Amino acid sequence: MIDYNPFSLQGKTVLVTGASSGIGRATAIECSRLGANLVITGRDQNRLEETLKAMDGDGHSLVVADLSQSESVDALLSATDVLDGVVHCAGINQLAPINFATPDKIRSVMDVNFFAPYELTRMLNKKKRLAKGASVVFISSVSGVYVSAPASSIYSATKGALNGAVKGMALDLAPKGIRVNSVTPGVIETNIFDAGTVSAEQLEENKKQYPLGRFGQPREVALGVAYLLSDASQWVTGSNLKIDGGLTLL
Amino acid sequence: MELNEFVENFADQLEDTDASEISASTVFKELEEWSSLLALSVIAMVDEEYDVALKGDDIRTANTIEDLYDTVKSKL
Repeated sequence: MIDYNPFSLQGKTVLVTGASSGIGRATAIECSRLGANLVITGRDQNRLEETLKAMDGDGHSLVVADLSQSESVDALLSATDVLDGVVHCAGINQLAPINFATPDKIRSVMDVNFFAPYELTRMLNKKKRLAKGASVVFISSVSGVYVSAPASSIYSATKGALNGAVKGMALDLAPKGIRVNSVTPGVIETNIFDAGTVSAEQLEENKKQYPLGRFGQPREVALGVAYLLSDASQWVTGSNLKIDGGLTLL
Repeated sequence: MELNEFVENFADQLEDTDASEISASTVFKELEEWSSLLALSVIAMVDEEYDVALKGDDIRTANTIEDLYDTVKSKL
């Protein structure tokens, strides 16, 4: 029984967006350790190469792409074979109190967090790049689905939109046995706050809101994603996995 | 960029404090209504009006509105 692993990704080809950092990078690394063959994409070639170096196994491929540009989606489509899994990790945050949340700002965040992953999924399906039984995972957030935060209405709107889309997509793709799910992490230690708009002091304060006493690590989200990609979750679709250190219990 | 105009823009973010009580020498963190959300409003105002990206730490290290004006000016 030592080889028993229903969570194995052996023999699966998985596309990970936003793989140059944070949750995307950790997802690519964990999937490679579980035996998947990866196609990783992101905007920054150097950082994608760092991800590739940290991954296990050979034969993975890397495509530099800005998925909010349709030419990039086309390039990615022509570089990908049939996929068993897709993980949408690319995302940005922009803090704006309501008086500053202009349509332009909303659009720019919506483009990256919602339209790009939606459009990529649409094109992958339309061009028949999703295998029968494939699993599509969207990285959403507790912000917008369960809670929000000051000045976070834009970000929350994009993530709330994703969770709605997941349900409808799951229905549309169920006849092909394709599963569509989301993961809603609490705050994860990534570079998403590197702009420094929120001070380190404030972040320390925010940590205290977590029953488990800390922010999450990218790997802790990646392992949840791996479950949703694996055959262990074969009967799970249109569902959401909350990974938040207990934040939303309070 | 003018100090007076900056003070006005800052005062615009406040809800409960009368603009006449606000001057360049106001120690803004001592205002009763000061909050982390207001800090984010000031950051957003500076971005919109002056195209300068302030950090949370810039707010933390400034005492008066004029201190903040100087920080913004140094980043123009």
